[in-house]
Amino acid sequence: MKDRNHLARVSTTHQVHIIENGLIDIPMLQILQPDGSLHKEAKEPDLDKDTATRIYDTMEYIRVLDERMIGAQRQGRISFYLASTGEEAAAVASAAALSDNDMIMSQYREQGALAYRGYTTSQFMNQMFSNEADPNKGRQMPIHYGDKPLNFMTISSPLGTQIPQASGYAYGQKMAGNEAVTICYFGEGAASEGDFHAGLNMAAVLNCPVIFFCRNNGYAISTPAEEQFAGDGIASRGIGYGVKTIRVDGNDPLAVYAATQRARELALEESCPVLIEAMTYRLAAHSTSDDPTGYRSREEEDKWRAKDPIQRMAKWLEKKGWYDEAANKKLIEKSRQDVLAALKEAEKIDVCPIDDIVTDVYDEVPWHLKEQVDELKAHIRKYPDAYPKTSGRVK
Amino acid sequence: MAKMNLLQAINNALITEMERDKRVMVFGEDVGHFGGVFRATSHLQEKFGKGRCFNTPLTEQGIIGFANGLASQGSVPVAEIQFGDYIFPAFDQIVNETAKFRYRSGGQFDVGSLTIRTPYGGGIAGGLYHSQSPEAFFAHCPGLKIVIPRNPYQAKGLLLASIRDKNPVLFMEPKRLYRASVSDVPEDDYELPLGKADVVQEGSDITLLGWGAQIEILQKAAEMALEDGVSCEIIDLRSILPWDAKAVAESVMKTGRLLINHEAPMTGGFASEVAATIQERCFLYLEAPVARVCGLDTPYPLAHEKEYMPDQYKTYEAIKRTLNY
Repeated sequence: MKDRNHLARVSTTHQVHIIENGLIDIPMLQILQPDGSLHKEAKEPDLDKDTATRIYDTMEYIRVLDERMIGAQRQGRISFYLASTGEEAAAVASAAALSDNDMIMSQYREQGALAYRGYTTSQFMNQMFSNEADPNKGRQMPIHYGDKPLNFMTISSPLGTQIPQASGYAYGQKMAGNEAVTICYFGEGAASEGDFHAGLNMAAVLNCPVIFFCRNNGYAISTPAEEQFAGDGIASRGIGYGVKTIRVDGNDPLAVYAATQRARELALEESCPVLIEAMTYRLAAHSTSDDPTGYRSREEEDKWRAKDPIQRMAKWLEKKGWYDEAANKKLIEKSRQDVLAALKEAEKIDVCPIDDIVTDVYDEVPWHLKEQVDELKAHIRKYPDAYPKTSGRVK
Repeated sequence: MAKMNLLQAINNALITEMERDKRVMVFGEDVGHFGGVFRATSHLQEKFGKGRCFNTPLTEQGIIGFANGLASQGSVPVAEIQFGDYIFPAFDQIVNETAKFRYRSGGQFDVGSLTIRTPYGGGIAGGLYHSQSPEAFFAHCPGLKIVIPRNPYQAKGLLLASIRDKNPVLFMEPKRLYRASVSDVPEDDYELPLGKADVVQEGSDITLLGWGAQIEILQKAAEMALEDGVSCEIIDLRSILPWDAKAVAESVMKTGRLLINHEAPMTGGFASEVAATIQERCFLYLEAPVARVCGLDTPYPLAHEKEYMPDQYKTYEAIKRTLNY
């Protein structure tokens, strides 16, 4: 057995030595200035016109989708929605730096990453209307998307559970010899959950090629970041776990892209986890069930509106000669129409037949669930008016 | 055939499956080079390498979270929780994630390849935190399977079936039998069915139902009752979820009486579920109320362990009460 020495990297001191808060200075990567020019000394990431345009268009699309779906919820057409306004760059530009083979395990505010992968407006609508065209079979609340062909893991509501799962998924990718990583999105609030600490520690110890992407948007529902943690954000925790760590301006699409691109290279080359803390701001309410006027000021929000990632990128595209205002207007108008049309279509599609209430609990329906669904169907036949969504198809 | 104790049978099953399927990975606290605190994973790291058998940090929620991710990716994780008493930090991962993975995604993703192994139960002077039998907590959780073997032969066959089953399985090992129970175990590959009870002994006067280490308690009680001329049928439930209600009901229709024995506390224990189902299915066949012989509704005590346990004497008394009702 080899000798070990867990003091090998410990230096000594002869006075009481205290590490004060903030002693670790973790700088935030910024590439783009608000006017669309580059910061001095900043290096533009290797981003071609097509990719840059796709990032930009996806951010615009998500803003339209969010606006329209909040409206649909207000009209009572869907039960719930959760917008990503102001944070589009964090999800979209990070997804753009990945390969399609990389697994995405998200929290619930990363619709931008999913749209970038190619999730269609109809797919968004079918999930939100819980209809039978949704491959998740209408089983979860709106915004809990999941799509196997796009390597986007189905979202679950409990916070942070995807973090150790991402470590395990990435370990499996490595063991199978895949040239792929897992990216795991979560917010600064979720980083207080035990699963965050478990997941980072395991990924570090077991050398998992996973990117932990934290959107530090300042609020967990109403709880401000200063009541969530006392240390230097989430990034300092990565250092504590021996995880390579990057802090980035989450409202700077070029910086997010550059950081994620580098994180992916490191994760693959060195077979290790990388933590990215993207500093951003949730301009939207937490969800349609939330009202931010109860915990923050209009003035505070306005300061962040001025840092809007979409405008920032538009100015950069303009400087590059890649921005076409007329085309952009057309795109926004078309997105609005598409969302409306797909929404009307999805509303008309039935929910799954009642037999699906017991499928997928196990790989096959066991005896007791067969009994239960048969009893239920007999009951629905007796009271068809009480169960209008399914009674028409119960024979 | 070879004589094996329950630990050797578990170890043998793991070797059998790791040789057959290179996607199988075994991990948990101290399971690597050391081979686990009970040695169930002895020599696996030597044989299959550190990539496939490894230590994890001390974090049960991390172990099961990691295992969920690994299973959803297509690997075949066999995760060990060192003691059933310490499974609760992973309760959220098991209840909200493992059990719901397939359902919530419409079958797009699943963790069906996952097996969670954990020792459970008392009788080893383990006190509150090395003795619990938490099966009923998980029996309330659709999407899981729960399997408990009663001896080395059952352990190997049921563990191989659990690892290969397309659903997540919580495999609970009766730790007081780890070294105490020795039986003939085939060295070849074999499986025993999940979801099926096993009639250990046929009889005509009363059905005694249990699982895991309590089966030998039922056998001892049945021997005592036999001296009074009472013929006991003993059934090992083997799978707690989904459970074989049909086999139990058939037996009760024959004997007219049912006694259920488990180590876990009485209130809300799995015996309650069995009793409720059997009175629904066999009401007119029952000659006496369904008897439950269980642990007390207390935390698991240390100094009073013997008194707490639903042993053969308590079981024998309950058999007599049921027969004389």
